[in-house]
Amino acid sequence: MTRGAKGWRLAARLACALAVATLFLFPIYWLAAISIKTPEEIFAYPPVWIPSGFRLDGYVTLFRDGDAWAVWNSLVTAGISTVLAMVIGFIAAYSIVRYRTGGDHLAIWIISQRMIPPICVAFPIFLLFVSLRIVDTYTGLVMLYTAFNLPYVIWMMRGFIQEIPLELEQSALVDGLSRWAVLWKVVLPMSRAGFFATAVFTFIFAWNDFLFALILTRSDVITYPVQVTGYFGSQSTFWSKIGAMSMLGVLPMIFVVGTMQRFIVRGFSMGAVKG
Amino acid sequence: MPNLQLSSVDKFYGDVHAVKGVSLEVPEGEFIVLVGPSGCGKSTLLRSIAGLEEISGGDISLGGRSIVGLAPRDRNIAMVFQSYALYPYLSVYENIAFGLRARKFSESEIERQVGWASELLAIGDFLQRFPRELSGGQRQRVAIGRAIVREADLFLLDEPLSNLDAKLRDGMREEIKRLHRQLGKTFIYVTHDQIEAMTLAERIVLLRDGVVEQEGAPLELFERPRNRFVAGFLGSPSMNFIEVEQDGDGPGIRLPDGQIIDKFEFAPEFPDGGKLVWGVRPEHFSVASGSSADMEALIEVVQPTGSRTFGSFTLSGTHVVAELDARAQIAADQKASLSIDVERTTFFSAETGEAC
Ligand SMILES: Nc1ncnc2c1ncn2[C@@H]1O[C@H](COP(=O)(O)OP(=O)(O)O)[C@@H](O)[C@H]1O
Ligand SMILES: [Mg+2]
Repeated sequence: MTRGAKGWRLAARLACALAVATLFLFPIYWLAAISIKTPEEIFAYPPVWIPSGFRLDGYVTLFRDGDAWAVWNSLVTAGISTVLAMVIGFIAAYSIVRYRTGGDHLAIWIISQRMIPPICVAFPIFLLFVSLRIVDTYTGLVMLYTAFNLPYVIWMMRGFIQEIPLELEQSALVDGLSRWAVLWKVVLPMSRAGFFATAVFTFIFAWNDFLFALILTRSDVITYPVQVTGYFGSQSTFWSKIGAMSMLGVLPMIFVVGTMQRFIVRGFSMGAVKG
Repeated sequence: MPNLQLSSVDKFYGDVHAVKGVSLEVPEGEFIVLVGPSGCGKSTLLRSIAGLEEISGGDISLGGRSIVGLAPRDRNIAMVFQSYALYPYLSVYENIAFGLRARKFSESEIERQVGWASELLAIGDFLQRFPRELSGGQRQRVAIGRAIVREADLFLLDEPLSNLDAKLRDGMREEIKRLHRQLGKTFIYVTHDQIEAMTLAERIVLLRDGVVEQEGAPLELFERPRNRFVAGFLGSPSMNFIEVEQDGDGPGIRLPDGQIIDKFEFAPEFPDGGKLVWGVRPEHFSVASGSSADMEALIEVVQPTGSRTFGSFTLSGTHVVAELDARAQIAADQKASLSIDVERTTFFSAETGEAC
């Protein structure tokens, strides 16, 4: 191949990458733009592509009215449930892999739980939560998200743990570690990339949940996706608040995915090799 | 005195009877090699001693105290695995220090021990590297280093050299033997390679299908094998097995092609009108000088190795290899006169394979 042809291919590739990136990033840019536009700019036609100033009124209102707590609620419920699901799921997956807990079928049964459409169980769960008096509490949401994420965590971690050579663990046992120490000092470091990748996805599932948060929260622990929908009124829609609230919801995700990127890529290319 | 004792150890994996009533006594400081074909239960036995497998019956004791039921970490045993089992996320230093940290050694002790081991094994130059940055031979040394720093009572090695290429293996073999002398600890070494077994062992335990076929000093097994299996397993090229008959009523024996050899001082006892299997190692043959020939052979293939030359021939269907002097005048498709060191040969029962 000539150098010219190579150059063209590279340019075409870059152009494609740029187009795809624009396609995905534009909505986020638009959201960010709306959150700092003036009301006139928001409704202007033809649209205003670049906001004239940097108005933080939307954000100020959210914090002043206390609406921003919704983001905190999301962080708490998604964060704690992710930690719980990862710890329990990791140990459960180890048990399934190394002690053959539940034989061949438990793992399949567990992942099948994940396939139940949430709406099927939403109302039974609501009734259960009412009778347990945990509607609109952190405890309730955290328990729910943990339970819903566990099958996913167990399934993923099972795959990653199966990849770890048995002799590494046995060597550690002979060298003087207990089973629990092996879990911590050998199994976790060996599955680190997969562990963090799974944690990120677990966090995202909980973070994005709308259905359960809508049904199971009232005011105390309302999460940000539910809060945002409150701004779509029948008379008026508060675009500046929607923009600002959505940005508050997107930023933690950008942070999480950004810092964990290398684990996500490695974790899931590991999974891909295994098939 | 922490000598190891196995009393009728049994191990089942479901229906598979992997170890069948093995009894063994290993005095302190001995270098013992468990050898046998692949799948004969060597690893299972070793892992049972380490506590990585639960035995189904019998008893294992160390220093007079039963260790059955003890967790691996409570047995004070060190083990080197076939795959080396180095932790890829730890540096060489930390890999070697791993067992010391697990046993709560102080930082200064760890430093001293790792320093001592890395000097002994000549791996001091890459303590800060990671296992993936090392060659196979270097990884092997690190794995051995990790085992020896612990000052265990007993060292278990499961085919530690089988992932190395032939040259490296020869060097490491010598080094392991030297290491054993320096440490003075009990080594139990598993291999399927008879050369490794012969060269390393003070005592060989030869296993087949979970049963000890014979145990003893390497040369004892080599020269006085209890049965055909032991005789054939040790030695390379393997012992030749030739079916022979009694020559009339005389003290001689008749080879399959009719040649008669009659220089035995003690004639073997043949079963009534039956046959025996004569075990002749390749090195028991030599090219006859003058009139001392015991037999004639039509050489088919000549394989010079430089130091020795292998000549193979057939005696009415029985393939035979003779190991001859490198300067022996033999050539393919030519007759050679061979003499046999009959005193060193062995007879086996044709039915049971037992030596007689
Ligand atoms: N975990 C296991 N489950 C079932 N069978 C096993 C297991 N480990 C070993 N075996 C069987 O036990 C026998 C002995 O195996 P092993 O001790 O690994 O042999 P070796 O090390 O001598 O090659 C083999 O028949 C093998 O198939
Ligand atoms: Mg083995």
